[in-house]
Amino acid sequence: MQGLEVRGLTKRFGGLTVADDIDFNLKPGDRKALIGPNGAGKSTFSNLVTGILAPTAGTIRFDGSDIGPMNEAQRVRLGIAKTFQITTLFQEMTVRENLRLPILERQGRGYQLFRRADATAETEAEIKDLLDQFDLGALADRTVSDLAYGQQRLVELALTLALKPRVLILDEPAAGVPTSESHLIVDAIEELPKDLGVLIIEHDMDIVFRLAKQIIVLVQGRILIEGSPDQIATNAEVRELYLGAGHD
Amino acid sequence: MKAFTKSWGPALALLIFAIGLSFLMPFNLAFLTRILIMVILVLSLDLVLGYAGLATLGQAAMYGAGAYSAGLFAIHVWADPVAGLLVGAIAGAVLAFVSGLVLMRTHGLTLIMLTIAVAAICHEIANKARDLTGGADGLRGIRMDPVLGLFAFDFVGKTGFWYALAAVSIVFVFLALLTRAPFGLSLRGIHESPDRMAAIGVSVYWRRVTAYTVGGAIAGIAGALAAQVTQIVSLESFSFTLSAEALIMLILGGTGRLYGPVLGTFIFMFVHHWAAANDPFNWLFVIGAMVLAVVFFLPKGIISAPKVLTRLGKGGRHAGS
Amino acid sequence: MTLVLNIFVDGIAYGMILFMISVGLSVTMGLMQVVNLAHGGFALLGGTFAHWLAQENGVPFWPATVLAVVATVVISLPLERIIFRRIYGFGDLQQVLATIGLTFLMIASINLWQGSSLLSIPLPETLKQSVDLGFRTLPVHRLVVIAVGFASILGLWVLMDRTLFGIRLRAAVDNRGTASSLGIDTDWIFMAAFGLGAGLAALGGILGAEILPIDAYYPVRYMVLFLIVVAVGGMGSIFGSFIAALGIGLLETATRYIVPDFATIVFFIFVIILLALRPQGLLGRVGA
Repeated sequence: MQGLEVRGLTKRFGGLTVADDIDFNLKPGDRKALIGPNGAGKSTFSNLVTGILAPTAGTIRFDGSDIGPMNEAQRVRLGIAKTFQITTLFQEMTVRENLRLPILERQGRGYQLFRRADATAETEAEIKDLLDQFDLGALADRTVSDLAYGQQRLVELALTLALKPRVLILDEPAAGVPTSESHLIVDAIEELPKDLGVLIIEHDMDIVFRLAKQIIVLVQGRILIEGSPDQIATNAEVRELYLGAGHD
Repeated sequence: MKAFTKSWGPALALLIFAIGLSFLMPFNLAFLTRILIMVILVLSLDLVLGYAGLATLGQAAMYGAGAYSAGLFAIHVWADPVAGLLVGAIAGAVLAFVSGLVLMRTHGLTLIMLTIAVAAICHEIANKARDLTGGADGLRGIRMDPVLGLFAFDFVGKTGFWYALAAVSIVFVFLALLTRAPFGLSLRGIHESPDRMAAIGVSVYWRRVTAYTVGGAIAGIAGALAAQVTQIVSLESFSFTLSAEALIMLILGGTGRLYGPVLGTFIFMFVHHWAAANDPFNWLFVIGAMVLAVVFFLPKGIISAPKVLTRLGKGGRHAGS
Repeated sequence: MTLVLNIFVDGIAYGMILFMISVGLSVTMGLMQVVNLAHGGFALLGGTFAHWLAQENGVPFWPATVLAVVATVVISLPLERIIFRRIYGFGDLQQVLATIGLTFLMIASINLWQGSSLLSIPLPETLKQSVDLGFRTLPVHRLVVIAVGFASILGLWVLMDRTLFGIRLRAAVDNRGTASSLGIDTDWIFMAAFGLGAGLAALGGILGAEILPIDAYYPVRYMVLFLIVVAVGGMGSIFGSFIAALGIGLLETATRYIVPDFATIVFFIFVIILLALRPQGLLGRVGA
C-alpha cells in the first residue's frame, strides 16, 4: 500500500495507556484531521508515527515496508515529516537560512566542508520557490526571531515542505496565531501539493472542517469514530464530547 | 573583488596586525608565538562551543594529546615539524572521537563535567606513564628539524613565530570555509534547535561527534605546535586552567564568529602578560575582574563593544533630552 | 576483611566531607538552575577563617569552626544578593564563566591574605587521639566527621520535611513559577538556601582539611569532585547527594587501596560510565 499504514498501535507509560490499539491510514492526497479533548493522546500518536517515541505494540508501515526500527531522522528521510506545536525554528538565522538547512540535508550535503552553503544555484532556486509559495519573499533576509508569530508559522510550514515529504503531520499549525492571521495559515495549507498526504492535529474546529475530508476522533488513546466532516458533525457521541456539559 | 574584501578583509587586517606586532616586539617573539598557539586552541573551542553549542571545559585534553604525541613522535620517530603537526591533529581527533562517543550522549552540566573528567584522566595518565612522558618533569629533549627542511628553529624564535603564524592562517582559512559550508550551517542549526535538526532528518548525535572530532584535531594542532616551538611538554597541557582560560578568551572575544576569538585571545594574553609582569601573585584579580566585567556588561564579547557603547550613548542622549 | 573495613570507614568519612561541601551546590543548582563553579570557594573561605582564628590567633578549634562558618555565611549572603542573583538569568556558559571569574577572585583574595601555602587547621588533642576499633586504630577526628555528616543529613531532613521553610523550598525547587504565584517569597528562599549551602560547605571544608588540605587553589583543585557528587546524585536532590557522596567517597577510597597507582583513572572511568548510562544522575528526574 502507498503511504502510511498503522495497525494496532499501542503505547503505555507504566499503567497509563496513552495510545490504545490504533488503526490508521494516510494515503497520498489524503486530508485527514485528528481531533479530541486535551490529553486524548494526539501528540503521543504523532510522536509514535514520527519515531520520537517507541510503541509498546503495533506496526507502522510506509509504502508497505515496516519502519518500526527506524529513528526519527531516518523516517524523515523516507518522507514522513511533522511540524511542531511550538515553533522550534532556528531563531537567530534568517528565513532564507531556515529553508536552506533542510534542503541541504535532504540533498545529503550536511557533511560538506568546503563548498559555500549558499553557492548552489539549484538550491537557491528551490528556496526562492518556497519563499514565493508562502509569500515570504519580503522577509527572506530577516532574522526569524524578528518575525510575528503568524509569519513564523508560515516559515515552519515552508521549512517542513522543503524536506519534500510525502506524508505531512501538522501539529496544531495555527496554535498561538491571532484569529485575524489564521486564514493565512489555512490558505497556505490548502495550497499544499495535491499528492501530499496530510494529517492535521487541531483544536480549532473551523480550521478542521475547512481543511479535512476525513476526521478521526481520539478519546483516551482510542479512536472513537472516523468519518466525513458531516458524519462527525452529526454524531451524537462527538456532540456529547464537545458540546456536552457546561455548553449552551 | 569586493566580495573577496568583504569575506577576507578582517582576516587580512588581523594578519597584518600580527606581523606588525612582530616588528614592534622583536624581542618578545616567543610571547607572540604563544599567543598564536592559543589562538588556534581558542578557534577549536569556538567551533565546538560557539558554533555547535557543545558546552565543554575540557578542550585541554585534545591540546595535551596533540602536544604529547607530537613530542613523542619527534623524539622517537621523525623530527619533521609538519609531519608532527599532522600527528598532533590525528591524536587530537582520535581522542575527541573516542571520548565524544560517550560525551555527546550527555548535555548541560553533565557534559561540562565529563569533559573536565576526560582531561583529568589524560592528566593522570601522562603523570603516571613517567617512563614515556617524563611525568611531572615534563617531556624533554624535543629537537625539531628545520621547517620544510629550509628554516631551522632559532634562539630568537623567528622561525617559530612565522611557522606558528602560517599554521594559524591555515587553520583560520579552513574554519572560515567550514563555517560557511553546509556542515557549518548545520552546526549552527544544532546549536539553535537540536529538536528541529532531528526533525529535518539529521542524526544530531553523529553531527555533534563530528564537530567535536574536527575541533579535537585543531586543538591537537595547537598542542603539537606548542610542543615543537617550546621543545617541552608539561602536564599543564592537560590542566583545567588551560581549558578555563581558553573558554575565557573565547567568551571575551565573542562566540560564533572567527574574529572574536582571535581578538579575545590577544586581549587576554596581553592583559595576563602585563598583570603577571607587574604582580605575579595577584594577576588572578585582574583576570577574575575582567571575566566578570565581560559577562555582566558585554555578554556577547568584546566584539560587541562598539554596539553596546553606541546604545549606551543613545540611551544617555535620551535621558538628557 | 580488614581491607573492606578500612575502605568502609575511610570511605564513609570522606563521603561525609564530600556531602557537606556539595549538598549546597546541589540545592542551588536544582533551585536556581545555576552552574556554580565557585561553590568550593566557600569551603576554602571557611577553612581559611578557621586557619586564621585557630593557628594565628589561638582560638580553640570548635569556637574557631563556628565563627568561621558564621563568617562564611555572612560573606555569602551579600554575594548572593549582589552577584549570584544576576547570574541566575544567564545561559549555562555565562554562568560557568561568571563563576570561574568569582573563583579566581576568591583564590586571589585568599592568596593575598594568607599566601599560597598550605593553611593547616590545628586539631585539638581530643580529636587527635585514636580509638581502637578492633581491626585498626582510628583518629577520633574521623568518627567526629562521620557523626557530623550524619547530623547534617538528619538536620537537613528535619528542615526540609518538618518546617515551613523546607516545604517552601521544595515547592520552589519543583516549580518556581507556581511557588511564587502561591505567595512564597522565592527571593528570600533562594538567599537562605544559598547561605545554608555556603555554611555547610565551610563546615565540610574545615572538618575535611585533614583529607582535602586547604590552600588558595582549593576551589579549582576539587571542583570536579564536587560537581561529580552533584551530577551523580542528581541536581536538587539532597538525599541523592548524600548517596552519591558516600558512593564516591567509598569508590575513590577503594580505588586508592586496591589500585593505588591508577586510582584517579579508574575512579573517573567509573564516573564516566555511570553518567553515560544515567545522564540525569542517580536520583535526578529525567528532563530536569
